[in-house]
Amino acid sequence: MGQIVFGALAPHPPHLVYAANPPQNEPTAECGWETLRWGYERLADRLSTIEYDTIVVLSPHWQTYVGTHFLGVERFHSLSVDPIFPNLFRYRYDLTVDVPLAEQLCAAASEAGLVTKMMRNPDFRVDYGTIVSCHLTNPTWDKPIVSISSQRSAAFYSVEVMQEQMLALGRATARAIEASDRRVVLLASESLSHRHFVSEADIPEDMSREHITNHHQYLWDMKLIEMLRTGRTREVVDLMPEFTEQAVSESDSGALTWLISALSFPRYTAELYGYGTVIGTGNAVMGWVPREAR
Amino acid sequence: MSDSDPTELEAPEPGTVYGLLVPGLPQPLLCPGAGAGYQRLHDAFAAARRQLLAHEPDLLLVYSTMWPSIIGHQIQADPQPEWVHVDELFHDLGSIPYRFRIDEGFAHQLRDALDARGLTARTVAYHGFPIDTGSVVALKLLNPDNSVPAVIISSNVYSDRAETVVVGKACRDAILAGGRRAAVVVVGTLSNRLFTDWIDPADDRIHSLKDDEWNRKILEFLGQGRLEDTAQLSREIHRQIRVPKVVNFKSMWFWSAVMGQHNQFDGEVFAYEALHGTGGAVVGLAPCGSGVGDKEFDEDDVEQFHGDRDVLA
Ligand SMILES: [Fe+2]
Repeated sequence: MGQIVFGALAPHPPHLVYAANPPQNEPTAECGWETLRWGYERLADRLSTIEYDTIVVLSPHWQTYVGTHFLGVERFHSLSVDPIFPNLFRYRYDLTVDVPLAEQLCAAASEAGLVTKMMRNPDFRVDYGTIVSCHLTNPTWDKPIVSISSQRSAAFYSVEVMQEQMLALGRATARAIEASDRRVVLLASESLSHRHFVSEADIPEDMSREHITNHHQYLWDMKLIEMLRTGRTREVVDLMPEFTEQAVSESDSGALTWLISALSFPRYTAELYGYGTVIGTGNAVMGWVPREAR
Repeated sequence: MSDSDPTELEAPEPGTVYGLLVPGLPQPLLCPGAGAGYQRLHDAFAAARRQLLAHEPDLLLVYSTMWPSIIGHQIQADPQPEWVHVDELFHDLGSIPYRFRIDEGFAHQLRDALDARGLTARTVAYHGFPIDTGSVVALKLLNPDNSVPAVIISSNVYSDRAETVVVGKACRDAILAGGRRAAVVVVGTLSNRLFTDWIDPADDRIHSLKDDEWNRKILEFLGQGRLEDTAQLSREIHRQIRVPKVVNFKSMWFWSAVMGQHNQFDGEVFAYEALHGTGGAVVGLAPCGSGVGDKEFDEDDVEQFHGDRDVLA
């Protein structure tokens, strides 16, 4: 019987990969965003104590206005250039996909009444949100992944409609994993508050320029983190419409709602590995270890 | 008797010699045969291309609403970008190999012109840069042989009217200063509400009657050459028929600003069809000496961008 062995809020600013200078990324940096990168190191340390087979990630940067899509090709290797920050992220990736699990997730989502699609085009370029979150969580890439698209119903309808769909997708995810033989790590790839600066320092990693866009965003970030740390996940979902709108949050992608639902609204403490801002946006790296997996 | 040399041809006038609005969804390129409307759009691209070439442009300036940016505006400056593109939504329609001819020199002039008007702008020239589906579709269908060099400029997700109008003016500055004959291609849909389920392409239609009526009103204006009037309606269009993915419907602000902010055009609607529920139109505007109606300006005419004024949008 399969199991969710770990869940994480795993934001994807490409800056974090840039600052870490991995061999896959062409640009190089002197330093930068250490508090978040150290947070990811703590997450990776935590994960090294847990046995798992597959990482399943939901990314806001695979935007599919028609249905929820799942990567369905065994291997992808190509170059990912960030469309917004191409100066920072030009990353050669080579990854494998757990296609059987992707198909099971897709089928379970369809059974739950969601519109779905398997992505079978071998020329497809994997989105940078998926790549950044997976790289920072598991820099060795020694596990296959499944990437799930963001269906954008917050823009098309409302956060409430988006959440209904993401709660259903989360339940379907949990069901499909349970029915599989996989031990799975789930990643919600998103920032919390998400108002960017619209200019960049000449040295992008100049940390004297890095701070939250405004106090209001910071207050929202702290409120969310505190609720997640104290197991108030139902309240987080209830508050999501206000949070998403007022903090211009990347939670409009549905990733966090999906994760909370798949973890069955955890009331236990989320572990906080790090918080920091990236070009003004608020980012927390947090993890949940389900009781039955401890 | 004139003493001018009759063999000496008059140099063509620089400026914005032609304007085009085209949809960026991939169906007209990848599966025109799947639906009669897709085929009509495909054919409209070809007709628009003929009109465009008749105006003898030496530059295609592409403004794509499907290329979002955050750090100001980005300008494609890779002289020969080459890739096999796959749309993130309609990936099952197939892959799109491309190789484009980008006017690198003009891209840099454009960046300087934006800079001179107080805007943040940068060129991008990286192998593998993900050129958006809309730009790829437009260039493949309008300029398949790369006979006219192109530049592509992004659309900032946060920019509203002032910034967008100034971007358009800066583009015009660069075109005039460079003595260029530019055809301006705006990539974007009218109403942008997609069906959120799969459809049979043969059954494609505009998502709602309201969207359809607004689209037809916009096309009535553009067909009469009333570009600035349409631009003045942008906020209302956004409220009525745009899924709010970005702060505002801004393509008409850009288009009018770069074309000179007036209504003096011969407009031609080559096609108007549904693309998975959205309003896809191919519209051409040729500058002419006269135009219908008068400007209905009720918004500031901004010359220099001084940054956000921190008003609540
Ligand atoms: Fe993001």
